[in-house]
Amino acid sequence: MNAGGQGTFRPKEYVERRDRASGWDINIVSYKLGKVYHCEIDNVSPGAKIAKGEGDTREEAEAEALRQANERLAKTRRFPT
Amino acid sequence: MGTYAHPEMLVDTAWVTKHRSDPNVRLVEVDVDTSAYEQGHVPGAIAWNWNTQLCDTVRRDIIPKDNLGRLMEESGIDNNTTVILYGDNNNWFAAWALWQMKMYGHQDVRLMNGGRKKWLAEGRELTKDVPNVKETRYKAKDPDLSLRAFLPEVQKYQSKNGAGLVDVRSPQEFTGEILAPPGLPETCQRGGHIPGAKSIPWGQACNEDGTFKSADELKSLYEGHGIRPDKTVVAYCRIGERSSHTWFVLKYLLGYRDVKNYDGSWTEWGNLVQAPVERGAER
Repeated sequence: MNAGGQGTFRPKEYVERRDRASGWDINIVSYKLGKVYHCEIDNVSPGAKIAKGEGDTREEAEAEALRQANERLAKTRRFPT
Repeated sequence: MGTYAHPEMLVDTAWVTKHRSDPNVRLVEVDVDTSAYEQGHVPGAIAWNWNTQLCDTVRRDIIPKDNLGRLMEESGIDNNTTVILYGDNNNWFAAWALWQMKMYGHQDVRLMNGGRKKWLAEGRELTKDVPNVKETRYKAKDPDLSLRAFLPEVQKYQSKNGAGLVDVRSPQEFTGEILAPPGLPETCQRGGHIPGAKSIPWGQACNEDGTFKSADELKSLYEGHGIRPDKTVVAYCRIGERSSHTWFVLKYLLGYRDVKNYDGSWTEWGNLVQAPVERGAER
């Protein structure tokens, strides 16, 4: 059935935590697939994924995702209501 | 404790593990981040790209009927296939796909409760292998437009008590403090909400693990804002995918009679010349 035949694997070390970046709440998810750590960051409200990173360690993956998240969140304008 | 009106519309991750190889089941991953599938996906799942495959790529519209039929055929889906949709961001675009499949009359299409997030968190099997799919024959029905709201209908409902307008964006998008979710590009000229809309962010329907809240909790959430099952309800967000999620909750988990997704959403209303806009908190 499978074209590639590379087999299956399981995500490991799934961790989720909250933090702040550029004045916004963020949700940081990281996990390991094979030998690679993956990190995804969403903006909590509304929960849209805004950045991701990969690395040989969790710290590397998070640092890349945080760099992107900070860059993007810093561009968000606030208006008086 | 109450139960969902249509519990058959949801499967859990354990069900998918058990049934993913059933010949009449087709798993489809639909992500906001269209590269997520390549990292690893549920074995046997194919992927649809919301950006190119689940819309009209020329004018702004849902996928045309013929394209939907062709997509089903290429995906090995016939009219009797059980389709299980799942994806990232708590199934935002999986719900978008489900909404469109229901419009075109597919009988058996369901969501995997908790989506990709729950599958990963539970450490379940993934693969990078893409399944070989045998083409099928598929006959799409004409779209059921009772599931969709267009601008004139929404204009009729604004500020009136006859219909419930549900704004499922974040509170800051609702008030007009921001023009797009933090970190995403602005896609409208004006911030705020449609006059009379209730602010019920989509995420309030979910638990921390991405699964849907109980029927009792959902009933209390929506009825607490005056969104009742005997009314016509129109859900909207920014581009129509988050509101598909809420549409699913109201239609299938709570069994509301008449629920529509306004997929024009704030990218239409917030760019419309002379459209009335309300700012600030819900009134």
